[in-house]
Amino acid sequence: MYKILEKQELAPSVKLFVMEAPLIARKAKPGQFVILRIDENGERIPLTIADFNREKGTITLIFQEVGASTRQLGRLNAGESLLDLVGPLGKPTHIEKMGTVVCIGGGIGIAPVYPIARGMKEAGNKVISIIGARSQDILIYEDEMKAVSDELHITTDDGSKGHKGLVTHVLQQMIDAGTKIDLVMAIGPVIMMRSVAEVTRPYGIHTVVSLNPIMVDGTGMCGGCRVAVGDENKFACVDGPEFDAHLVDFNGLMARQRMYKPNEHDASQRCARHGGEGECQCHSH
Amino acid sequence: MSLSLKKQKMPEQDPKVRAKNFAEVALGYSAGDAALEAARCLQCKNPLCRQGCPVEVNIPEFIKHIKDGDMDAAIGSIKNFNSLPAVCGRVCPQEEQCEKHCILAKKGEPVGIGRLERYAADYARNKGETVKPVAYKADAQKVAIVGAGPAGLTAAGDLAKMGYQVTVFEALHLPGGVLMYGIPEFRLPKEIVQAEIDNLRKLGVEIAVNAVIGQTFTVDELMEEEGFNAVFIGTGAGLPHFMGLPGENLNGVYAANEFLTRCNLMKAYRFPECATPIKVGRKVAVVGGGNVAMDAARTALRLGAEKVYIVYRRSEEEMPARKEELHHAKEEGIEFRLLTNPVAVLGNDEGWVKGLRCVRMELGEADASGRRRPVEVPDSEFELDVDVVVIAIGQGPNPLVQSTTKGLETNRKGNIIADAETGATSKPGVFAGGDIVTGAATVILAMGAGKKAAVAIDRYLKDKKNR
Ligand SMILES: Cc1cc2nc3c(=O)[nH]c(=O)nc-3n(C[C@H](O)[C@H](O)[C@H](O)COP(=O)(O)OP(=O)(O)OC[C@H]3O[C@@H](n4cnc5c(N)ncnc54)[C@H](O)[C@@H]3O)c2cc1C
Ligand SMILES: Cc1cc2nc3c(=O)[nH]c(=O)nc-3n(C[C@H](O)[C@H](O)[C@H](O)COP(=O)(O)OP(=O)(O)OC[C@H]3O[C@@H](n4cnc5c(N)ncnc54)[C@H](O)[C@@H]3O)c2cc1C
Ligand code: SF4
Ligand code: SF4
Ligand code: FES
Repeated sequence: MYKILEKQELAPSVKLFVMEAPLIARKAKPGQFVILRIDENGERIPLTIADFNREKGTITLIFQEVGASTRQLGRLNAGESLLDLVGPLGKPTHIEKMGTVVCIGGGIGIAPVYPIARGMKEAGNKVISIIGARSQDILIYEDEMKAVSDELHITTDDGSKGHKGLVTHVLQQMIDAGTKIDLVMAIGPVIMMRSVAEVTRPYGIHTVVSLNPIMVDGTGMCGGCRVAVGDENKFACVDGPEFDAHLVDFNGLMARQRMYKPNEHDASQRCARHGGEGECQCHSH
Repeated sequence: MSLSLKKQKMPEQDPKVRAKNFAEVALGYSAGDAALEAARCLQCKNPLCRQGCPVEVNIPEFIKHIKDGDMDAAIGSIKNFNSLPAVCGRVCPQEEQCEKHCILAKKGEPVGIGRLERYAADYARNKGETVKPVAYKADAQKVAIVGAGPAGLTAAGDLAKMGYQVTVFEALHLPGGVLMYGIPEFRLPKEIVQAEIDNLRKLGVEIAVNAVIGQTFTVDELMEEEGFNAVFIGTGAGLPHFMGLPGENLNGVYAANEFLTRCNLMKAYRFPECATPIKVGRKVAVVGGGNVAMDAARTALRLGAEKVYIVYRRSEEEMPARKEELHHAKEEGIEFRLLTNPVAVLGNDEGWVKGLRCVRMELGEADASGRRRPVEVPDSEFELDVDVVVIAIGQGPNPLVQSTTKGLETNRKGNIIADAETGATSKPGVFAGGDIVTGAATVILAMGAGKKAAVAIDRYLKDKKNR
């Protein structure tokens, strides 16, 4: 059993757990994830390791309640336990001194971008972060991101905080202003990552995204997490989850993430709640 | 009494009934069936049957005990060679192994060795086996087993009985490997696998689930930091092969591993009570002709598909699946589209499968291996109306240990290179066996590899201590 030591509500339907997980904390690196199971009948839920503390033997998970399983998870409280927790899984982010790194987090994707931004900063990079959310009340991790960034830009769709608009607007402005960028690291809804890739492509700016296809085992056994990257099928759980954004088939990924939509009783309601226009965004980081 | 040329029939669920449930198909011999079948064995002085068994179970001996009604002696005899008889009695390809060599097979049907083995094992389990924990010496050496499939579990059991302190590390939340996540309940009830695992725990083997070697620990860390004196790797088959067809990433296309894992390990057939979903196709095409394909097809049927096709590019003769399973599949109403090869998965506007475009094949010239190669019949394309496609054309090795262990040699396909007799790898103190070495094979071969490695590890550790 894996104990929940601490629980916070970061925003409506966004929760944070600090988990007791000494073995995982000892090994965790930015960019990696875990898979958990709530109870005997539970499914295997992948979540990014948003933070880790090797001394205390803890990891932090931040999740959005989007469906039955994540809502059930959100009902648990500090002191309660999860039946299974395995990790760290996936390849860590490639961190080294590159110069200027732009870290972009959208929505719940800000959580996994945080340890990467911190790692990049520690490696001696200049870190410019752009974080975005639909509105101020669901913006998470602002202070944390500020602490590890040389510059922090905030965007909201409704203009309730920071720049009104999308993270890609700020990125485009930066490029137009002649900022020299050595790497863009973007995590968020698939359409956000696709837009970031389109912005940087013409300039040949190396861009890395973290993908979250549907997974089962997370160890390279089932083939469910396959994503077309360039001319190849890659398995996100062992080959990724990070890939070169300019090679990823985002449309295919988006379609595959909708695989179990028909199984959900309340999918339409959820999408309405999250207010996604046309494209439902609730299925992303 | 003249002996029958035929085996005692195996009582089975009616095909119409069983096609709608996940309960075991074969019900097992009654005491009467078993006695009659045991009486068929000629008790050969030179039992050919044993040569066909990869672990050389003393077949005439255990059958004699069944005939004499001494069931404890029967199971004791089997267990000297085979630690998972309830599993092997059910899933061994006996027709290719022990029973193929039985002298009776020359005139009629061989002795039902697998069925008798199953009978003895089930008898013992139902009676309740008593397992005595191993008493470890204070200075017992430690052995780590990576992967809790048949190879790893067998090595673990044997090493524990030799007095080693054994820990099995398993990536998934349940031990058992393919026995748990791959082979369906209706062929191998999970309760049986669980009972075997419980026995290992009682013996004193520690099983650590949720531990991915290569991630949570590396093999080097197990040896250098965690104090293990030797490591056995039995991580099995991994990443499924795809065909590279257009449309293969559409929604509704599964690799057999995912389809079966969702159903067996995650109990998707009990959705929503169990939270893992699965797409229940209305019409399903399973591509491939092996055991895995049969299992996927029969699973799809039980989930509620109206129609299930097996699409295979050669003819029935060449199908690698066990004949018994092929027969079961046919009885249940699976439709075989032989000499048929898929060329594209067709999708609708929303990215879902709506059909499988296929081409007919005919058998051409024999190739180097003597098998006649299938070649396309020109202009023979047609479409199968399906909404789920399961690809069951094989898989590569599980990648995580090889990619994170220094000095561990692998072959071109990525399988670990290990000595066939000892399991020794290129890395001192590290042994390997089962599918990770041989590529996808059988339960009994994986067990045999685990057994041999246990003996070799014992020898290695003793030599090292005495040096
Ligand atoms: C590597 C990885 C890291 C992730 N990190 C985070 C994170 O840090 N925070 C967070 O909030 N979410 C994260 N996700 C997404 C999270 O796993 C899903 O939101 C969650 O599984 C949805 O489960 P549900 O049953 O509540 O939702 P439902 O929508 O009811 O799910 C139905 C089915 O679809 C699958 N599914 C749905 N959406 C996703 C998705 N986006 N990714 C994978 N599977 C999905 C689920 O496994 C489930 O089987 C991550 C996903 C991956 C693959
Ligand atoms: C659907 C299906 C049907 C089959 N039917 C038959 C049959 O009827 N008869 C027959 O004889 N054979 C059958 N087989 C083949 C047989 O199951 C395998 O040959 C056998 O299970 C191989 O055993 P193994 O111990 O080598 O590996 P596996 O059974 O594959 O077990 C490997 C274990 O290692 C774990 N693992 C992998 N990587 C790691 C890691 N890095 N760290 C920790 N743990 C890890 C896996 O999770 C798994 O539990 C079938 C296979 C399948 C898939
Ligand atoms: S283990 Fe398999 S091959 Fe050996 S005797 Fe038993 S059924 Fe036959
Ligand atoms: S070969 Fe057949 S008849 Fe002879 S001992 Fe073996 S099982 Fe019995
Ligand atoms: S999740 Fe199964 S192979 Fe990646």
